[in-house]
Amino acid sequence: MTHIQTSTSGPVLDKDLAAVERSGPGRKTRPAPRPRGHRENLTGYLFMSPWIAGFLFLIAGPMVFSLYLAFTDYNLFDAPKWVGLKNFTDMFADPRWRQSVKVTSWYVVIGTPIKLAAALAVAMLLAQKRWGQSFYRAAFYAPSLIGASVSAAIVWRALFSDDAVVDRGQQLFGIDAGGWIGDPDMIIYALVGLTVWQFGAPMVIFLAGLKQVPRELYEAAEMDGAGPWRRFWSVTLPMISPVLFFNVLLETIHSFQIFGSAYIVSNGSCGPADATLVYTCYLYDQGFANSRMGFASAMAWLLLVAVGLVTAVLFWSQKRWVHYEEGAR
Amino acid sequence: MTPMDTTAVRRRLPGSLAWHIGALALLVVVLYPVVWTIGASFKPSEDIVGALNLFPTDPITDNYHRLADGIADIPIWKFFLNSAYISVGSVIGVVISCSLTAYAFTKVRFAGRNAMFAIMIGTLLLPYHVLIIPQYVMFQKLELINTFTPLLIGKYLATDAFFVFLMVQFMRGLPKELDEAARLDGCGHLRIYWSIVMPLCRPALITSAIFTFIQAWNDFMGPLLYLNEPDKYTVSMGLRMFIDQDAVADYGGMIAMSLVALLPVLAFFLAFQRYLIDGMATSGLKG
Repeated sequence: MTHIQTSTSGPVLDKDLAAVERSGPGRKTRPAPRPRGHRENLTGYLFMSPWIAGFLFLIAGPMVFSLYLAFTDYNLFDAPKWVGLKNFTDMFADPRWRQSVKVTSWYVVIGTPIKLAAALAVAMLLAQKRWGQSFYRAAFYAPSLIGASVSAAIVWRALFSDDAVVDRGQQLFGIDAGGWIGDPDMIIYALVGLTVWQFGAPMVIFLAGLKQVPRELYEAAEMDGAGPWRRFWSVTLPMISPVLFFNVLLETIHSFQIFGSAYIVSNGSCGPADATLVYTCYLYDQGFANSRMGFASAMAWLLLVAVGLVTAVLFWSQKRWVHYEEGAR
Repeated sequence: MTPMDTTAVRRRLPGSLAWHIGALALLVVVLYPVVWTIGASFKPSEDIVGALNLFPTDPITDNYHRLADGIADIPIWKFFLNSAYISVGSVIGVVISCSLTAYAFTKVRFAGRNAMFAIMIGTLLLPYHVLIIPQYVMFQKLELINTFTPLLIGKYLATDAFFVFLMVQFMRGLPKELDEAARLDGCGHLRIYWSIVMPLCRPALITSAIFTFIQAWNDFMGPLLYLNEPDKYTVSMGLRMFIDQDAVADYGGMIAMSLVALLPVLAFFLAFQRYLIDGMATSGLKG
């Protein structure tokens, strides 16, 4: 199999995390061309100095400060006042906070699988060698670039509002729903639609993964009498599971943090009836519109814990469904 | 269904035709909003909402003319200038700071490198929202609100771990013999970085640059937090002012402005899409 790059296997993230545990980014087996020493250390730190400064002043320091703020009342002007766990107990008692958790969970649970399914389906279509492949690839990727912009959210508002294109389309089928934007039950699906529309980025990653699947496996499966569906479940899916894992991880983490599109599609109100009050919308509202910086910090930490838990569960679950192929190459 | 069975190699015409029809049909669905937007920008506002036709029967350019008046007395070019300043500034910052960091991770053997790399990977998964409040407080105390500094400083301090990671992946793939030879010839790290590694890393640098530009251009939350005077606003914020100002009345102007706001992104995309997509595909995958 010389045409398959020998340097590639699973997605880098896990391999790297594993590599970090084992030996770090360098290769231990290779002797250093130069003896290590103070000079080499100094050079390293000098090259790293932007990152070190950035990490200390923009990440680690703020994290510590934010953790402190989470236990205080703070409005940016008076000194922070220690209140213990009050922010957290307030949060659980707050119906709007609960609503934001509900909206975000729903958005993640509905949006991520549909988006990934669309990405995989189109990637499988494009994995076939056809004329004009790169054109299709680029065209399907385009919404991924536009999708995060205010422009896309504005267009979405225009497409999904009362009597607009989507509503008119529904009317053709005799459903007069009055537009998704104004409907508390439907607006979230307009948002989901906006994220699904941006399937281009995971699609490209799937494509790269599909190219690595050895053809012999399909041939062998076919000889064993496996139909297309069976081949998909027994060959394609296990073979691309590392890529799938990478995409699930990335997309889930992203979905948790949705802000701009929810804010704009609902015209800055996160409404109607708090229907698009995603977690970060409420965090912004509490922190910056209501000057409850302590409360918002506490919210941010819960988000961090939630994302951390989901990441941990995904990493834990990968033992069961992610296959890192050794013999495939 | 699968990457391809031998049938594709034989290129059966009917199969190929079906494939193209399917792919094109999907493409129509996916690109519909974009085409609709282009058409809508040439329609009078009353026809934008409430009409199914893609293109206007009687195209007008009023929507674009109105843009020339600016938004709330701020000329449009001002927003573009601000966005361009931030985007280009971000690109320069990311390319320099992330490549230096990536170089240290891959080519310099210093104490604590593995621990730092693990931390860097950790920040890749960190939700940005944990940082917005403390960072805001900090920049507020430093009296940097309503300047571009809070939006730019992170780019010069390599906090975009994704790009560091992407460049690390790329630099690891470079043949080791090159920099070893250079070292034997007495080159220092700075020389190797600048004369050998940087030129070879062009694809990774270009990918990072494009992504950075587009992210900075599209960014909404950053400007929303840190900019509060309209003459400092970016295109995203200008667009938002448009909505606030006209609610539903001027759909035409809003759509036209949305499209104009996307032009730099689309131009970048068309010019560099090959790099962008390949970079995207390899960033997660190269061992």
